[in-house]
Amino acid sequence: MLKVENLKVNYGGIEAVKGISFEVPENSIVTLIGANGAGKSTTLRSIVSLEKPASGSITFNGEDITGQDTDVIVSKGITLVPEGRRIFPSLTVLENLKVGAYMRKDSLNDDLEWVYSLFPRLKERSWQAGGTLSGGEQQMLAVARALMSRPKLLMMDEPSLGLAPLIVQEIFNIIREIHKDGVTILLIEQNANMALRTADVGYVLETGRITMTGSGAELLADEKVRAAYLGK
Amino acid sequence: MSKKTNTIISAVLLVALCGFVLILEQILPSTHIALTVLKKSCIYALLAVSMNLLNGFTGLFSLGQAGFMLIGAYTYGVLTIPVAERASVYQYYDGGLIQFAVPVFVGLIAAGAVAAIFAWLIGLPVLRLKSDYLAIATLGFAEIIRAIFQWDKLGVITNGSNLLRKFPTFKSTLFPLIVCGICIAVIVLVINSSYGRAFRAIRDDEIAAEAMGINLAKHKRMSFCISSFFAGVGGGLLAMYQTSIQASTFKSSMTYEILLIVVIGGLGSVTGSCLASFLYIACSEWWLRFLDTETYIGSFKVPLLRSGFRKVVFAVIVMVVVLFYRKGIMGDKEFSPARVHDWWQKKKAKKNAGKEAAQ
Repeated sequence: MLKVENLKVNYGGIEAVKGISFEVPENSIVTLIGANGAGKSTTLRSIVSLEKPASGSITFNGEDITGQDTDVIVSKGITLVPEGRRIFPSLTVLENLKVGAYMRKDSLNDDLEWVYSLFPRLKERSWQAGGTLSGGEQQMLAVARALMSRPKLLMMDEPSLGLAPLIVQEIFNIIREIHKDGVTILLIEQNANMALRTADVGYVLETGRITMTGSGAELLADEKVRAAYLGK
Repeated sequence: MSKKTNTIISAVLLVALCGFVLILEQILPSTHIALTVLKKSCIYALLAVSMNLLNGFTGLFSLGQAGFMLIGAYTYGVLTIPVAERASVYQYYDGGLIQFAVPVFVGLIAAGAVAAIFAWLIGLPVLRLKSDYLAIATLGFAEIIRAIFQWDKLGVITNGSNLLRKFPTFKSTLFPLIVCGICIAVIVLVINSSYGRAFRAIRDDEIAAEAMGINLAKHKRMSFCISSFFAGVGGGLLAMYQTSIQASTFKSSMTYEILLIVVIGGLGSVTGSCLASFLYIACSEWWLRFLDTETYIGSFKVPLLRSGFRKVVFAVIVMVVVLFYRKGIMGDKEFSPARVHDWWQKKKAKKNAGKEAAQ
């Protein structure tokens, strides 16, 4: 579905991503794990053109989308849940969701219902300003907002960041549920344990390069991964 | 309170306001200060709301308001001066270049349109800037525009540094009230549309807005142009109110005046801007005038009261507002019957709770 080939991204003179290639098959959950500064977020950001890649190509459903405008890419069906939630604090929950569906012109009622069924808490708070929600609820709102664009591919940048273990569990349950509803998911995580348990395929990123790849279970069992990311 | 009742009550209140102004016009002599204040505050309300759209709702800190007002005022003046009067107005420029006149409403719409076109052009380079840098660039633009309009090489159109006058003006207070009311209503519609939601999303978090597929450049430019359009219309109305136009009066202090109104009313509140412009104009033109005149009680001269003291008091008020009511009168809330109703219900509930506790 999504194919990234030889992607290179520079920040000024610094090469943040040094030529990585990976693939996200349709209807799968793929995860990129790695330490801080490995280039995970940069990779996701360049897929939706928030960063311009220096070289390499990104194809989505057979179509080259490298360097196209973000709004075009979003309307093709790739949506990013940005790192650190980034909900709109002074907009109400409902308005946040409507902004998520900004690229769409059709009726939103079905999707609002779908999103509210995934996150009943948001329905209770639909008239509350986004900024008044708790951290966990804000993360749910960020995911819900992204879902409102009806993405075929949902990319999440560290959804577990700064959340209590119980909430993290809840978020991952919802990720599985969204996946069951037919959305392909590309997930970035530092919480390698949770991510690999959820994912079909995992890639390990180190200083801008992919050093290892395998199914979630394989990577979980791998000695090096365990030593580097799982603290064992 | 349901949305429908809220709308109905709001509409009734607005009609009542028009009726009140109509009655006021019948009772008071046409030169009464209350009517002058009403006229000017209507126009300032429109200017403040248009600035609020940009600064409060889209989060673009622009100080170009006076420049766009000037463009609007000149466009209106240049296009509407009756042909017969042109020879006397453009006496140093052989009657000027333009030898036709358009009706008032066409002139006002043209005023907005020309301001919006300038905004679009200026926006191309300037809207890449953020916060303070944008403020500096737009301020510079306003100053340059003022200088260009006074340039005598353009005198055949702008009349150089001479006054533009004898264009159609208004007598009734209802005219600015209704025209500004319609314009503000249009801005409110924009704010409540999906575009308005996108503007507010950009204000809250640019990166997230972009990730949702909102084209930042396009939407910022749109907000800038809409705001400038209404600043231009407001400039035209201000010209009608003042009955003459001179570029040198559109100083940056005019922008600050409007910015002050926006801040006092609350960034992101339309009703706040309207309320604040009435208070501001009423205070500066009427209620605080006595501070500027030397007053004697018997043979005792009241200390401090002299020309210019009003400005001092004003500055103190502004400081108090900024220190203690940082969010302005309304914050980012709007005044609506439903809100008053809710507030009243809450107060009543609290009172009842207090009574029960006492028993």
